[in-house]
Amino acid sequence: MASALERLRRSSAVDLTGLGLVALVLFWLAVNFVKAPAEFINVGLIGLTNGAIYGIVALGYTIVYGILQLINFAHGDVFALSGLVASTVIVSVLGLDADASVPVIVGGMLLTLVVIMTMFSFVNATIERVAYKPLRHAPRLAPLITAIGVSFIVQNVGLAIYGVNFRSVPAFIPPTNVFEIGGVSYTWDKLAALMVVVPLLGLLTWFVRQTRQGKAMRAVSQDREASAMMGIDVNRTISITFAIAGSLAGAAGIVFLLQFNMRYDTGFELGLIAFTAAVLGGIGNLPGAVLGAILIGLIQAFNEGLTWFAPGSDWTRTIVFGILILILVFRPEGLLGERTPEGA
Amino acid sequence: MTRLGQLAEEVRSGGRGRTYAIAAGLILLAVIYPEIVEALEDVPLIGDFVPGVDSMVVMIVFTMMAVGLNVVVGYAGLLDLGYVAFYAAGAYTAGWLASQQFEQVSFSFFSPTHNDEPGIHFSMWLVLIIAGVFTTIVGILIGLPTLRLRGDYLAIVTLGFGEIVPQFVRNGDSLGGFDLTNGTFGISPIDSLAFGSFVFRTQSNRAELFYWTAVALLLFTVFCCIRLRDSRLGRAWVAIREDETAAAAMGVPLMRTKTWSYAIGAFFGGVAGAFYASFKSGAFPADFYFNISVFLLCMVILGGMGSIAGVILGGMLLGYLNVEGLSTIGTKLQDGGLDFDPTKYQFGIYGIIVVVVMLFRPTGLIPERRHQIELAEGVHDTPFYDVQTEGAMTDRDRSND
Repeated sequence: MASALERLRRSSAVDLTGLGLVALVLFWLAVNFVKAPAEFINVGLIGLTNGAIYGIVALGYTIVYGILQLINFAHGDVFALSGLVASTVIVSVLGLDADASVPVIVGGMLLTLVVIMTMFSFVNATIERVAYKPLRHAPRLAPLITAIGVSFIVQNVGLAIYGVNFRSVPAFIPPTNVFEIGGVSYTWDKLAALMVVVPLLGLLTWFVRQTRQGKAMRAVSQDREASAMMGIDVNRTISITFAIAGSLAGAAGIVFLLQFNMRYDTGFELGLIAFTAAVLGGIGNLPGAVLGAILIGLIQAFNEGLTWFAPGSDWTRTIVFGILILILVFRPEGLLGERTPEGA
Repeated sequence: MTRLGQLAEEVRSGGRGRTYAIAAGLILLAVIYPEIVEALEDVPLIGDFVPGVDSMVVMIVFTMMAVGLNVVVGYAGLLDLGYVAFYAAGAYTAGWLASQQFEQVSFSFFSPTHNDEPGIHFSMWLVLIIAGVFTTIVGILIGLPTLRLRGDYLAIVTLGFGEIVPQFVRNGDSLGGFDLTNGTFGISPIDSLAFGSFVFRTQSNRAELFYWTAVALLLFTVFCCIRLRDSRLGRAWVAIREDETAAAAMGVPLMRTKTWSYAIGAFFGGVAGAFYASFKSGAFPADFYFNISVFLLCMVILGGMGSIAGVILGGMLLGYLNVEGLSTIGTKLQDGGLDFDPTKYQFGIYGIIVVVVMLFRPTGLIPERRHQIELAEGVHDTPFYDVQTEGAMTDRDRSND
């Protein structure tokens, strides 16, 4: 208690402003909860599900940033393209429709998942090879600018193939309730998203923590030269990182497609939201990205779904970017991250 | 040795004389362009590709913004992905101070043709200056909290502002019940530039009048940027761009210098935005989106970061493609039987340009000398971990004991 007070006294005006803002948000949430508890929890569950999808995209940003210190602007667009290609695979190649039997649908989905994840791991690794690798020793802004260019190229590939119309797939998983307790309900289609996301997160954590290749990734992200001297193939490790990021984007594309419509430019905004999530959690930090994504998902859902003094969906972008700016100004290392050189 | 020195001096002064001659020739060509454009359009083969005077105005406005952005990106090396915010701020200042937006009041100032109309009507010339000053203040307000950040974090924050400002103007039609920006419809009409009762928009040679004003504004911008580049402030910017740590060690006040670059870049964006709003008589939220920021950045990169001549070339080239070129090329292609519409993929095309330039000619079409050296010999852009991590410092101190 005494130490907490001591810390409070030592913290600067900047910290206090930040704490004040957080307190205000908490107060707003509390009032909303008291006014309509069931609705509040429903909205929260939607936010949690969306947050999980943002989480896999955010992980793609965070592992690439961790290893190259590069904001891979193209990641969101790779995600959108993967969703569009998945719609082709599901509808045209496999010819699945909502009347098919459960094993066929589940099998088809898993097959699509594997195909898309493999395909986009190659796409992303190729992007790295062609566009970023030659710039490894250029000033740091050079690959960032290139990434913006690649983002536009990928977006226009989607535009060229799929046009400006939104794509969607039939509702394979009916939005029937998994449970309903006192006005609080949760539907199967949302649970299906979590059923893909959670194992993927586990798999990624296991890969990075336990495997030899994961160890190499962590080593390269800490010190590229030293790991090269220790016999790690740095280029291969970076390629693999991009491949993993691409496959995550592919998985996110499918999960997103099952719930929402997608278009060639869906990835831009969602990519920025996911990037914000990665920064919020502390960029380069895997659990941080997921935590940040869930928080952003919740904030977005509360903003759009609550009734008492909620700004509404017109202001979602402003709020998300407002958070991004506040985080970068008040706590550039993010919630779980460590101080980076970009910070103050 | 002295003879060699003299020779070098001669070459240098000769080079400068040649530069002046080329610049004077280009300015003359720019000024008489409206008179010769019809003759140019009759030239076989290239005639169809000659931009009209109206298109030239738009091209020059965007070039002016690119030159302003060049102060931030090219001189000071701060990647700004939200320049469109300044453009919007300038355009909306014009909307507020020279239209019928605030019809609750009726006020006119040096704007005789609008004396009895509702709304605020300042003379458009004054509005250009006010828009510049207002945008500068916006730039400083954005810059102060964010310029502590480095590199890509700064880029992201500016991107955030570039997204927030358009959404703000789009939703700004009922801020606590007050209609500030007229929402998605935008503010229109906005007053024309005018000398007393000589209103540009109502003249028969309206495009020419706006064109010459645009040329004058661009020349003013270029003049300011050249003088700034050669000033103490300009050298400080370049020092920060080359090596922030070394610049700080040499006594360059980082925050103040960066904020100045931001403020000055914002000023030109605001003036250009207000002028453009007056030219097309409106400020619409749909005009301000992220792609515009990237488009302007593209001009700077294609031309050569930090090089004024390069940025003008890049700006006019991409501006031309954007306004007229791509659709002209598309028509030609379709005449030739090829079903391809390049305007649909314009941002993909700009994306390809950016990637190709960054990979194969990172210094741009007309490189700035110092930037070329920087890219050829490499930079020490690695941030100073050991100085910033407190733990590392104390460890070292302890080992010295």
